[in-house]
Amino acid sequence: MVKQEKSSAPKKKLSLNGNSFLLLITVGLFLAMYAAGMVIFADKGFAKPQMFFNLFITNAGLLVISMGLTIVMISGGIDISVGSVTALVCMVVAYSMENMGMSAYVAVVLALGIGLLYGLVQGFLVAYLEIQPFIVTLAGLFFGRGMTAVISKEMISIKNETFLAWANYKIYLPIGSYSKRGKFLPAYIYPTVVIAIVILILIIIIMKFTKFGRSVYAVGGNTQSAMMMGLNVRKIRLKAYILDGLLAGCGGFLFCLNSCAGFVEQAKGLEMDAISSAVIGGTLLSGGVGTPFGTLFGVLIKGTITSLITTQGTLSSWWVRIVLSVLLCFFIVLQSVLGNLKKKK
Amino acid sequence: MNKKEFDMKKLTSMRLFLPIMCLLAMLIVAAITIPGFFKISVTNGVLYGYPIDVINRASELVILAVGMTLVTAASGGQDISVGAIMAVAAAVCCQILSGGEVSVTSLAAPLVLAMLAGIIVAGVCGLFNGVLVSYLNIQPMVATLILFTAGRGIAQLVTKGQITYIRVDSYMVAGGYIGKCPVPTPIFIAAAVVVVAYVILKKTAFGLYVESVGINGNASRLVGLNSRRIKLLTYIICGALAGVAGIVASSRIYSADANNIGLNLEMDAILAVALGGNILSGGKFSLMGSVIGAVTIQTLSTALYAMGVSGDQLPVYKAIAIIIIVVLQSPVFKKYMAGLKTKKAASGAAVEGGNQ
Amino acid sequence: MEENIVLTMRYISKTFPGVKALQHVDFTLRKGEIHALMGENGAGKSTLIKVLTGVHDFEAGEIKMSGSDASIINRSPQDAQNNGISTVYQEVNLCPNLTVAENLFIGREPKKAGFIDWKTMNKKSAELLQSLDIDAKATDKLEECSLAKQQMIAIARAVDMQCKVLILDEPTSSLDDDEVEKLFVLMRRLRGEGVGIIFVTHFLEQVYAVCDRITVLRNGELVGEYEVKELPRVMLVAKMMGKDFDDLADIKSAHGELKEFVPVIEAEGIGRKGSIKPFDFVVNKGEVVGLTGLLGSGRSELVRAIYGADKPDSGKLKVKGQEVKINTPLDAMKLGMAYLPEDRKKDGIIADLSVRENIIIALQAKKGMFKLMSRREMEEAADKYIELLQIKTASRETPVKSLSGGNQQKVIIGRWLLTNPEYLILDEPTRGIDIGTKTEIQKLVLNLADDGMAVTFISSEVEEMLRTCSRMGVLRDGKKVGEIAGEELTQEGIMKAIAGGEGDE
Repeated sequence: MVKQEKSSAPKKKLSLNGNSFLLLITVGLFLAMYAAGMVIFADKGFAKPQMFFNLFITNAGLLVISMGLTIVMISGGIDISVGSVTALVCMVVAYSMENMGMSAYVAVVLALGIGLLYGLVQGFLVAYLEIQPFIVTLAGLFFGRGMTAVISKEMISIKNETFLAWANYKIYLPIGSYSKRGKFLPAYIYPTVVIAIVILILIIIIMKFTKFGRSVYAVGGNTQSAMMMGLNVRKIRLKAYILDGLLAGCGGFLFCLNSCAGFVEQAKGLEMDAISSAVIGGTLLSGGVGTPFGTLFGVLIKGTITSLITTQGTLSSWWVRIVLSVLLCFFIVLQSVLGNLKKKK
Repeated sequence: MNKKEFDMKKLTSMRLFLPIMCLLAMLIVAAITIPGFFKISVTNGVLYGYPIDVINRASELVILAVGMTLVTAASGGQDISVGAIMAVAAAVCCQILSGGEVSVTSLAAPLVLAMLAGIIVAGVCGLFNGVLVSYLNIQPMVATLILFTAGRGIAQLVTKGQITYIRVDSYMVAGGYIGKCPVPTPIFIAAAVVVVAYVILKKTAFGLYVESVGINGNASRLVGLNSRRIKLLTYIICGALAGVAGIVASSRIYSADANNIGLNLEMDAILAVALGGNILSGGKFSLMGSVIGAVTIQTLSTALYAMGVSGDQLPVYKAIAIIIIVVLQSPVFKKYMAGLKTKKAASGAAVEGGNQ
Repeated sequence: MEENIVLTMRYISKTFPGVKALQHVDFTLRKGEIHALMGENGAGKSTLIKVLTGVHDFEAGEIKMSGSDASIINRSPQDAQNNGISTVYQEVNLCPNLTVAENLFIGREPKKAGFIDWKTMNKKSAELLQSLDIDAKATDKLEECSLAKQQMIAIARAVDMQCKVLILDEPTSSLDDDEVEKLFVLMRRLRGEGVGIIFVTHFLEQVYAVCDRITVLRNGELVGEYEVKELPRVMLVAKMMGKDFDDLADIKSAHGELKEFVPVIEAEGIGRKGSIKPFDFVVNKGEVVGLTGLLGSGRSELVRAIYGADKPDSGKLKVKGQEVKINTPLDAMKLGMAYLPEDRKKDGIIADLSVRENIIIALQAKKGMFKLMSRREMEEAADKYIELLQIKTASRETPVKSLSGGNQQKVIIGRWLLTNPEYLILDEPTRGIDIGTKTEIQKLVLNLADDGMAVTFISSEVEEMLRTCSRMGVLRDGKKVGEIAGEELTQEGIMKAIAGGEGDE
């Protein structure tokens, strides 16, 4: 890590026009937004540490799903099925435990199994049959949402004790805030946050320190070159989709731990949240560029917008969408302009 | 001369062959599984029956499919924001008519003006998409993702988050019936859109330009076509048509429901284009194919509804349909099948001398 | 087998549908030599390279590497690499989004406990770069390096993978002089280390600057292998272009001399940064003016700048004496220009459209969207040119992509003739076309000129140019270096002008 800083420090000025520039904007934007929130809504508790951890609690599932999307997008693809997969996972988890009496452990396996299957099928269609990823995952989106309804049209609330114990297990942190009477209120997180963070670190390591991770970048950067340099492009693409599917399954399960229910309309539009998080985090839609670390900030920005708007109180919830898409538009246009400039050079 | 014309007919019929077969297959399945599928009756001076229902319900989809076909042909990508644009158009139209009230029983502004405003706003949305695609070279699906995400938010912003009701008979005409006419109005509107589009394609060189740009943008530029402007135009048209569809949908429920108008219709519209035998990566297109595709989808939906499948479950069947279509269209799959064929042929013939 | 031979290719043949791309070609590469592979378009250079690197398979012949008597067959670039054959293309085949070190080591990264050992990788890369004297940092992103550095990094990768044969396929096309010189230093160094280098290029100067030996191909056949010292430039050009007087009739004699000079196109100082240096150019009514020079000399760029396909950034253009401003091809068309582009597939045909649509599209574009030609007009126009140009097609509604190359070209010519142009630009109209069609096109060009059309004709074949042109502009390295007319308009004269160097200095 030290070595990296050393090498990147003198370079920063040179590559300011590049992709690190985008990441810089993202991190800066998050800090600015959060700081502004802390100042403006100090009286509403925005400055409390718990507020910050809530960002992770509410977005643990999204974070994991966005990781998957980041990988697929770096490889040059896209996946719009993740929202449906989440709904399907939640429904299957709820149904298997509540209506079939399975244990929570089996439910975990089921959730990951669904993700794996999705990754395999979609990856095969994209990598080996060379069908446009958007269309393939569009079908995946339809299928997931429809299957959810086939399993149950009614909402299923989860009452499984093991599951609820997982969901409600609070992990207290040594930092916190003081109540008006001066009592120390420790900040807390749920296990979902720990899992999400562990996965985040794992993905960072995979993308930076494994052959597979670097190959994904190579394939997304220039497929032709990657092939010429002896990489098995199809296999790498397939693997990227499998990993993405697994992460979607896992993220879906985390989502479920948060909502403790399965229903048809669940996680609608989550795919767009995940994609915009990745894009805002500096992932290029054309592939080859992006970092899990950047996506983390994309997710945090999305979370901050949501909590700023809810804390403000009078603004309605649709403002989240609008603000988010304005940001998305800004980043997409910026990327395109930077890309066109580069081409001209 | 006569013989050549006959060839022409044969060619067009070939292109529409598969879509028509799809529709026929769907109709046959529906006829077998649902008793009295083709029965049309007149109740209270209005036509009733599954066929009418199919065509009526397919209206918005047909309108969208026309725009989507052009966008697909010219830019080799799809506009996924049309559903959201429908909601925006409906919201604008209803808000003008209601003058800001939640529910009104009299119009606050001329009907035509409000509808026109809705369609214009939708066209502007299309313009936004088109600029991103043709002038900034952003992939169509990514560019339209922005409005896909923002559209419904904008619609809610317009209606201030409420469902605006226009309880005025004249507003319900577009989604209901004109006077004593037994045929639902949406059918007329959809038919009008198709006819206008058809006439434009027949009487101007627009269709040829769109195909040319979609097949080979470089060559098109060199023969004097403005590739970018033509792409842009298709997006504007697609947006405006989404506006028309939005107003029809809104008129059916005499309200602007920002969350539900046109929900998931973009996906159906893309499916209609694909079912119509159009290649999703652009080029030659068949408008009629897309129209048939739209009707096929609605037949599927109606038939499944009639068989007791709920609307929520419908997507499963659509997903399977999409996958079958795209796999059949996939060049890799075609090559593989061709390879199988030649292999068979080769194994039948004597083994030729090795080429190594 | 001779001791210092690293690669022998014997009797290589390869056909594409309808084209004999390679016919019994031999090629020998020795250890520690730089061997130029020369030939004009369609000569078979790139096919030979692709056969060698496993991109294409071949029908007959064998490839042997030193140290083994068994012949090898490369089925993929990867196979070739395993056999010690590495290739660096003009379009650098590296990943711009990765660091220099990664590009050097991708697929074979040094690892520690299963994870990529960045420290070692960067260190090794730095050593490698230093040893080859390449001025790049291991941790830099590749896209931040200049194209020349990228080329050298690609070479470094090949070298580090223990290649015995290094193929450089037009590596210098987009480099400036300094960069080329640096590349040469590296090449000479590798030669010193015993690597056999195959150097494909169009620049004659470079061949004479760095190569030891030349193999010339023409029309898929081997012309011969020569020592650089023993082959003067003019000879080389002659070998590449071929002096074989084929049995085409000398149609030029029928073409009368120009009686008066009425300029149709007058270009003054038109240029475009990075592609063509400012040039003057005049074409008169009824005149066929050729443009000659080797590929990449700026022939196409010159006409594209006139036609507005690539907007020029300097200079003035007069059409029939009027100064005009051309921003788009449509502007040029409205001024009576027509342009048949060099790359038929990429810029010419609109593949899925029918022959009829391909013929009328330019006229239709000129007329505007709202003035659709009637079906009958279209059919009459299509039929007229199908007949006039004898286009072989099943019907006028056949998609143009299913026609043969020559007939596709005729469709495009028909497309432009239909617009009734006053100035016709033909960029390599006869490339990849059978001899019969070639003659037809040449005759047509002369007839058009006789009828008063101004024509600019570009071709790689000197014979053809001599037959059709009354005057010729010569280009070298993106610059118009002169014009030849009258007495000088002979094969010898043209070749001297193209070759430059010893010719005119």
